[in-house]
Amino acid sequence: MLLDARIPEGPLAEKWSLYKSKIRLINPANKRRVDVIVVGSGLAGASAAASLGELGYSVKCFCFQDSPRRAHSVAAQGGINAAKNYQNDGDNVYRLFFDTIKGGDYRSREANVYRLSELSVSIIDQCVAQGVPFAREYGGLLANRSFGGVQVQRTFYARGQTGQQLLLGSYSALSRQVAKGRVTMLPRREMLDLVLIDGKARGIVARNLATGELERHSAHAVVLATGGYGTAYYLSTLALGCNASAAWKAYKRGACIASPSFTQIHPTCIPAAGEHQSKLTLMSESLRNDGRIWVPKALGDNRPPGDIPEGERDYYLERKYPSYGNLAPRDVSSRAAKEVCDAGHGVGPTGLGVYLDFKDALARDGRDTIASRYGNLFEMYLTITGEDPYEVPMRIYPAAHFTMGGLWVDYDLMTTIPGLYAIGECNFADHGANRLGANSLLQACVDGYFVIPYTLGDYLADDIRTGPVATDTPAFDEAERGVRERLDRLLGVGGTTSPRRFHKQLGGILWDRCGMVRSAKGLESAITDLRALREDFWRNVRVTGRADTLNPELERAGRVADFLELAELICHDALDREESCGAHFREEYQTEDGEALRNDEEYKYVSVWEHQGDGEPPKLNKEHLEFANVELAVRSYK
Amino acid sequence: MDLKFKIWRQDGPEAAGRMEDYELTGISPDMSLLETLDVLNEQLIANGETAIAFDHDCREGICGTCGMFIDGRPHGPLTGITTCQLHMRSFEDGATIHVEPWRVDAFPVIRDLVVDRSAFDRVIQAGGFVSVNAGTAPEANSIPVRRADAERAFDAAACIGCGACAAVCKNSSAMLFVAAKVSHLSLLPQGRVEAVERVRGTVAQMDAEGFGGCTNTGACEAECPKHVSMEHIARMNWEFVKATLFSRE
Repeated sequence: MLLDARIPEGPLAEKWSLYKSKIRLINPANKRRVDVIVVGSGLAGASAAASLGELGYSVKCFCFQDSPRRAHSVAAQGGINAAKNYQNDGDNVYRLFFDTIKGGDYRSREANVYRLSELSVSIIDQCVAQGVPFAREYGGLLANRSFGGVQVQRTFYARGQTGQQLLLGSYSALSRQVAKGRVTMLPRREMLDLVLIDGKARGIVARNLATGELERHSAHAVVLATGGYGTAYYLSTLALGCNASAAWKAYKRGACIASPSFTQIHPTCIPAAGEHQSKLTLMSESLRNDGRIWVPKALGDNRPPGDIPEGERDYYLERKYPSYGNLAPRDVSSRAAKEVCDAGHGVGPTGLGVYLDFKDALARDGRDTIASRYGNLFEMYLTITGEDPYEVPMRIYPAAHFTMGGLWVDYDLMTTIPGLYAIGECNFADHGANRLGANSLLQACVDGYFVIPYTLGDYLADDIRTGPVATDTPAFDEAERGVRERLDRLLGVGGTTSPRRFHKQLGGILWDRCGMVRSAKGLESAITDLRALREDFWRNVRVTGRADTLNPELERAGRVADFLELAELICHDALDREESCGAHFREEYQTEDGEALRNDEEYKYVSVWEHQGDGEPPKLNKEHLEFANVELAVRSYK
Repeated sequence: MDLKFKIWRQDGPEAAGRMEDYELTGISPDMSLLETLDVLNEQLIANGETAIAFDHDCREGICGTCGMFIDGRPHGPLTGITTCQLHMRSFEDGATIHVEPWRVDAFPVIRDLVVDRSAFDRVIQAGGFVSVNAGTAPEANSIPVRRADAERAFDAAACIGCGACAAVCKNSSAMLFVAAKVSHLSLLPQGRVEAVERVRGTVAQMDAEGFGGCTNTGACEAECPKHVSMEHIARMNWEFVKATLFSRE
């Protein structure tokens, strides 16, 4: 496959302006005749659906939750980056661009990342105008804080619930368009296949999750905003409903998936309490601004943390990375935590935990100040663990969090299928091999509010005379038949093992062998085990209930079946990349002091995987990355 | 821990429901209630029975998806948390736990513990927004906002739309939910412009959905997992009076 990222000509800082001045426009009367499907109603999906509705397109928006306000963007805690330079500390668009490229370990596309930084400025304006209650200074202006991996204060926040407030902003914009009749909102729907007509994305088959009915929906373009697939790891910080199914159906229809093994393992999560743990809760890494991370120096030191004197504590991040200390980027912090725990210094009942201690910050700033910054996070920790972080240090451990990988898109955010777009976390575009803190909300907003309304318009200019796309056609028949057969097949296996058990086994394989540290040997065995697990699934799964009612077990079974296939692709990707970069750390490729060893000579590309049919190995295509505006450097946080 | 459950089962929107008895042994006090239901479902699947349907998603108290009556209280015996944040350490060993869906006419049951809360979405569609199109906003710092006002707006905006307020109210009133949105936006200069239309629209929709009236019993505030205060109901009433008596259009 010939990959064309369609990066516009011109100097980096002018590409987006030049692009916008050249694209085709559609007059308002014609926009009404163009239909767009948006799958997903998180920050990216809701903002895209709302913005396209505002422009006058006829939009249908789908989500699997009971309301678009539930989408998992709601759970993002820390904040959103923007190069406003309100703190007068030397920030600008180039610096945010540079930090994002560097944070991503030079595995993302310059032009996309620059556009992300450039548009960050307008996003804050947009959200404030919607009524997002960002934190403010006493003078009434917006407040900022710093976040992992950077040296300026550019993160805007709404206590520890920034994602919730931004999502509710986009939800309100979406609701306004629903009221106006520009957007039809279809909640409790799951996309189960993509429909292509003459090679173009023209619709979806969705299941109404409340009634079990299969539905056909057509459009002139389909936008996927279906989020990340970190739930493949079973235990993750994601909502339990997060899944890869829509993206996976698109992959099977010809959309390529890029760098699927780039999964961010978040360093600050509450450790698992036991075997029935269903998810891991993230503690915002903004906590690392004031909390100090340490483990006991002595092996097997079981004293309560308060009894361990200063001299017997190892503040290992401050020791290893003096200039960034506790604010070292996520991948570096996560691996460091794994390292000290593997060496036997871990704390808590499982030994898989490190302390995040606020003692010094509480003494310095007082309880009230700390409570105003992190009050709700401290409460959340107390609720879950029964321990009060004002009194004893938190215990944290890394967990699967964000997937940088996803559907490959060009500069327009179009996948390799014409008319199929991917925005927000479900695409691979901006974060390279590791996402910078507070950049996920940014990407979702930028893609939805400011990129897709332009790029999609350019594509749809060809469709103003197409007329409505019929759904009583062979392509829709074939897709619906396939969906129905698979549902019947899942219900008909009649085995003895629940879908959740398969999911748990799958998660164990990925976490152990394709998690924070990977090796060729581990990945090869993971692929073998995944194939066996997949076979076992289709022989022994038991799905209770029926297809014609609300049936959460059937939903879960379908998603787990897709994860089982995706997981193999994830391992292929990790196996192919014989270097360490960002979140991808290969045991075989490290420096003498255990830091990641990147190989720009051979791996300065995006791995773009193409489906070759069920049972066939996927084909690797390469998008070679050009860096004309930054110098490739060893990512050092020492 | 060994526990008994009495759980509402209902096969569909039109079907009659019933309480069913279940027993579980060996439950860890560190498990959440939803994890305990997961275990119960595993047990049902192993016996070839249909798993219990319940809504849940983030399992960290922010998405507002989960919500059930537990021993007669929305989100269970503790305050300030959602159902997914309730851990078994809050129950006595050997206890019998009653689990039911929200009982509100405007939230019809779909199956078992799953209800349809789309009425809340329609309330927001009736005015719970600021009319500003993407790309048309002024510079963010051009309108300073008093810090205390921004904080109070946040307190209201923290509502997660779970429905506990309406579920606990003897009148099935959604006043706290509606007031949270009206108050959030009326406290900010960006939202003031449409304050009249917003309060009229959302209150009318709330009535149209069949939610009851407010008699100030305060049960909603007591059970709100996000501590949304009745102060916001007072503010909404003031906005409503202003919109009704002093606004001509």
